[in-house]
Amino acid sequence: CSSLLVATGTWVPNVVNFPGSEYVEGYETVSINPEDFAGQTVLILGRGNSAFETAENILGVTNFIHMVSRSRVRLSWATHYVGDLRAINNGLLDTYQLKSLDGLLEGDLEDLAIVKDKKGKLHITLRFYLENRNTSAGIDSITLPQDELDNFATRAPYDRVIRCLGWKFDFSIYNRSLGLMTGKGNKKKYPQIKPSYESKGTRGLFVIGTASHSVDFRKSAGGFIHGFRYTTRAVHRLLENRHHGVPWPSTVYPITQLTNSIIKRVNEASGLYQMFGILADIILLREFEYLEEYPVGVLAELEGQTGRKAPNGLFVVIMEYGRNFSGADKDVFYYNRAVGEAQHAWQSNFLHPVIYYYKRLPTEHEMRLRPPDWPLPRPDAVHHIVEDFLTDWTAPNAHILPLRRFLENCLSTDLRNFFAESCFLFAFTRQKLPPFCRQGYMRMQGLVGSERLRHHAVEAGLLEDYTLTDFLGDGPPDSHEGSQDHLLRDNAIPVHPLQHLVTAKDE
Amino acid sequence: MSAQKDRWVFSFFFLLFCASSIRMQGSARLLQELSPQEYFSSLQAGRASLAYFSHNVSPGAQPFLEQIENSAEALQDYGISVVKVNCPKEDVSRYCGEENALRKAYLFRGNMLIREFPTDALFDVDSIVANVLFALLFNEVKYVETLADLQNIENALKGRSNMVFAYVPATGTAEHRAVMEAAFVYGTVHQFVLTTEATLLKDTGNDESDVSSARLLFCHCQQATDLAQPCRRTAMGQTLTMLNIHRHLKLMGAPLVTEVAEDPEKVSTVHLQLGLPLVFILSQKETYEADRRTAEFVAWQLLGKAGVALLSRDLVDLNILLRSNVALKTPDEGEPVKYLVLEDTDEVITLVEDKNKVEQIQEDEEEIEEDEDEKENNNQDVQDDQVVEAVSRDKKRELPLEQILVLTEETFHSALLETARTVVLFYASWEAVSLAVLRSYTEVADHLKGTRGILLSRVNCWDWPGVCTKENVTQFPTMKIYEKGGRSVMYSGMWGTEELTSFIMLNRVSCPLRLATIDEAEGYLRGEFPPELSSYHHTSLLGVFSTATSEAREAFEEAGNLLSGHVMMGMYFEDDALALSRKYAVSPPALLLARSRGQSVEGIALSKESVQDMVQMIRYELLDVFPEITVQNLPRYLQLRKPFLIFFSDGDLGQMESKEMLKLAKERPQQAFVACWLNLKKTICLPVMHKKREPLELPHLHICLCSPFLRKKELSFDRAQRKKTPVGRGVLKAYFATMPSLPVLIWVNLHAGGHVFKFPSELSITEMNILSWLEKLKAGLEIPSSTLSEEDWKPPLPAYDFLQMMEMAVPETPLRTSHRHRDVPQQYPPESSGGDTGVQEESPQDSKAEKVGSPGRDLRGTAPRLAAREKQGKRHSEL
Repeated sequence: CSSLLVATGTWVPNVVNFPGSEYVEGYETVSINPEDFAGQTVLILGRGNSAFETAENILGVTNFIHMVSRSRVRLSWATHYVGDLRAINNGLLDTYQLKSLDGLLEGDLEDLAIVKDKKGKLHITLRFYLENRNTSAGIDSITLPQDELDNFATRAPYDRVIRCLGWKFDFSIYNRSLGLMTGKGNKKKYPQIKPSYESKGTRGLFVIGTASHSVDFRKSAGGFIHGFRYTTRAVHRLLENRHHGVPWPSTVYPITQLTNSIIKRVNEASGLYQMFGILADIILLREFEYLEEYPVGVLAELEGQTGRKAPNGLFVVIMEYGRNFSGADKDVFYYNRAVGEAQHAWQSNFLHPVIYYYKRLPTEHEMRLRPPDWPLPRPDAVHHIVEDFLTDWTAPNAHILPLRRFLENCLSTDLRNFFAESCFLFAFTRQKLPPFCRQGYMRMQGLVGSERLRHHAVEAGLLEDYTLTDFLGDGPPDSHEGSQDHLLRDNAIPVHPLQHLVTAKDE
Repeated sequence: MSAQKDRWVFSFFFLLFCASSIRMQGSARLLQELSPQEYFSSLQAGRASLAYFSHNVSPGAQPFLEQIENSAEALQDYGISVVKVNCPKEDVSRYCGEENALRKAYLFRGNMLIREFPTDALFDVDSIVANVLFALLFNEVKYVETLADLQNIENALKGRSNMVFAYVPATGTAEHRAVMEAAFVYGTVHQFVLTTEATLLKDTGNDESDVSSARLLFCHCQQATDLAQPCRRTAMGQTLTMLNIHRHLKLMGAPLVTEVAEDPEKVSTVHLQLGLPLVFILSQKETYEADRRTAEFVAWQLLGKAGVALLSRDLVDLNILLRSNVALKTPDEGEPVKYLVLEDTDEVITLVEDKNKVEQIQEDEEEIEEDEDEKENNNQDVQDDQVVEAVSRDKKRELPLEQILVLTEETFHSALLETARTVVLFYASWEAVSLAVLRSYTEVADHLKGTRGILLSRVNCWDWPGVCTKENVTQFPTMKIYEKGGRSVMYSGMWGTEELTSFIMLNRVSCPLRLATIDEAEGYLRGEFPPELSSYHHTSLLGVFSTATSEAREAFEEAGNLLSGHVMMGMYFEDDALALSRKYAVSPPALLLARSRGQSVEGIALSKESVQDMVQMIRYELLDVFPEITVQNLPRYLQLRKPFLIFFSDGDLGQMESKEMLKLAKERPQQAFVACWLNLKKTICLPVMHKKREPLELPHLHICLCSPFLRKKELSFDRAQRKKTPVGRGVLKAYFATMPSLPVLIWVNLHAGGHVFKFPSELSITEMNILSWLEKLKAGLEIPSSTLSEEDWKPPLPAYDFLQMMEMAVPETPLRTSHRHRDVPQQYPPESSGGDTGVQEESPQDSKAEKVGSPGRDLRGTAPRLAAREKQGKRHSEL
């Protein structure tokens, strides 16, 4: 077959081998009935969501619970990664830090050993002691750490030990020739794939679902249902193009709709929001073509992967956290963590839209050399829409206006809206019209506007009121200017905007 | 720790020491320090020097000494040396001995003492330079206190030399210094007169100037012949700085009128070099004397603002219109010389002065922008979108939306089943254009209140994106009319109350409407049938078919579907269709076009046409032959892509003009241009003219017809509706520097070249005159009064350059990660490696990356920028 979609998840439990590991129960089989743990002392190996979830479940009935793991706990509200400990599971942190009942310990599980005494209680000792002991002697001859260090932390015996060490991908059924390699470093539980979710070794073999998390491990939500439902759709679209010649779905809009379509998407799109940093909307220029939720890691291959062409440059709309904001030991509650002003938007910390502008499609080389932690290589221009407390980016002056200026400057055009009356004036006094008039007024879809709005625009100094001269009779133009000045002064609004509008004067 | 601190302190002092010693060496070259003997023996005849005697540096003299040191350089330019004389302790000679003498500075020329200054008169560099030059230029700069003194000097100068008269509010100011410095240069050419008396200024005729600011007048006494009259004066408009005075005197020194005999493009004069325009008076041999007088008159008016040149056309072969009499050359490189036909000298002057005014405004604006640039980023954050701004200013007002039903995702489909026609406005509550339309929509609702069978509703796509996507709403706003049966039409016209209302009303009847009896057909042509629509359309179209011609009928029906809501279309194909067609002298299939309630009906034969062609044809036929152009209907005429011949009228058309213009417009069936008129004033009634076809020549009528819409709801309609097209004034103002007298006839080719021609106002508007004028235009014998700008629409203001801000912030990198940054190309933001996950991706080894962030770069930051950066640093410091 030409394509194979692997959606087998990561179901193989991680197991650590140490002396006594046979006494350990696995997360996959352990009872979930809290009553089974009544009054017991429990040791949990691991420190992920499943470990805490297990602890949470039995917390109320146990004597106490201890957790041992190699690394310290990472809280997802600090790392902005849902794979780290979610607050809904972390009740044990309270009982540890506030009530001194339960506890967390750090240590390498490989150094541990568990011995069972005659009463069936489980004691923690070190592998080191086991290796040195006289093999012929019985259980009593085993040195326990508390024999030498009488305040050893885990000196109390446990009734049960539960392993919650996570899962890995089952590589066993794949022949070597497929080249389905394990990932590098902390991603070794996942198969190695390209940002297009295709195996590096075999064309046509795609990994989707949680097993595809190597693409955005510890960055975004691709390992979880609320994230991979979007990446899987992206794979579907890639395959549609590859095998059925169906290009990536896109909508073509006139350039006047550019600002609005971006605002609409960053406010409404769930794929961008969940798969921040990974899926991005791509806007291909000149009139523009809007492609939703493309895996940004394979931006360089856009034309081949989507069947759409980008001859005149493109915008990439993506959501990002502030680059230095998230982290395991970061204080995410410090004062002034949020930026309020549009001009400092690039320092936004919370998830906010970022728009990259490229005059031409970045090459694969450029993609490889992009700065660490950047989803994309250096653009020709970049815009951040300032973070918003309500995640509502529709404020006319703080969100839309700076975005419009950015788009205008990238495209070197004027994207303002105009009332029909202004378009009328431009039509008679300029050889060229701004896009809004071209697309609307000239096609008999001009914005006439109500009298009250016209009045507001005049007050703002953005529209000239020619009816005024009527009241003054046929006064000289000076008197008209006078009244305009008067209008402007009254409202203490600088004259500039008007100047920009009426530079039509050729003479 | 403390050892380190000591070292630091030490090196700081070392630096300080170095810095101060360098400074001492630097100024030592200018400020000499001598003993009294050395000083007096070094004095050369004719050379001026400013000396200050001191025993040792007394603390009180310290600031003064600093100022005098600073002024040493400036004075050196004028050949004046500055000396600090160190008196030996025991010295009791004239300058060193007296306690008092030590509080003074002495100005010597050679070894002669010219003036002694109390040190408190020499408070800064300006005052030192001003006072020293004032003392040295005693003869060149006369100081006057009374009017009589001034007049005496002026009279003495008449016929000999010019005078520069300066008023400064006080001596020792920067303005005073500027005048003295100018006098140093020009003192031998012009007589300088200085005063601090404001009354003298008033008497020189400058009453409007306020006495707090310095003034400078150039008095043209050299040419003055009449001893009784004061010399002509030219005031300098700018502030008194050395540069401005220099510029002014240079302009005054230039010949009043330059005679040129070469192509104006090649001419260059002082004025152009100094950034002022040059006006050419085009002269001929026959009128030379008069032209010369005109030129001189204009030159006096424009003195200091523009240069004037007299160009003899006989000597230069210019490819310009014979009627042109003035040319204007601006100092801007590359801007072509403009040739104009002006009627009097005032126009020449306004031409230049307005230009100056415009430029001045622009300059001021630039300055303001620069200033603001320093503080913040100009006014990028000020809304310059008229629609967005107008809507947000109207935000607080509660809209009268009670007539409009709110639909949601749940109620949408059930609501469509309740009324015969449901009008739905899809909008987004954040989108300005759709909110502007919503306001017009409320007015529509008000007009249609109580109309049966129509439900007005709205969907906010911000709240209900699902239903909007399903209804294929791709942009805001979108208006659709849903029929109970399921059919829907999307609105694609102007977003104005009138147009929306008429669309909704016309949509109530099917298009085309099938007429059953000949009476109905006649009533339809008169605009009386169907009665509910009688007030919503001007023109009725009736297709007449014999039953046999079904093909044309189908096309007509298709076209009707496409034009539904925009055009009133009916069709008649009963057995007696022939009777109807005979009455209007057409043979079916044919179209009958009834304008203004059947007052004129024309017939058009329908050939076998495609639907698209028929739509096109119908649209074309609906255009008027001599329309009144309004904001709403202009696009329809622009689509013809023809030049416009526009009659700008202040109020209604005159009988005579409209007759002539109409004749002109009708003359050519396939006009090469659109003849139209524009009403700049409010109109109650407007004459409607009809396009006619040859066969059906009903007697032409001028009908005074109020817009049918207005008749119904006249008073409730807003003012803009009754005002016709006052924005036409803006058009005229753009064409001509000054508003021409109305009415005015303009030819403008909007689609090719953008030339604007004005019909000569002295000619009467008759068909013949216009035609011969148009012939001349075609032959290129006329010169356009202006040309429409070809400029592209550029971004009105720059965007925030976040990329640059990120680069600027590179030095801000937290220390603990800085070591990693050494090999990270510096143009990337600092945060890039801040993560401590240890997930180090391929390290960017591209050494080819431009070294934007070279070490010296960040030093260039200005003080506010550094301060701002500190602020950022605080906000984003790691914890």
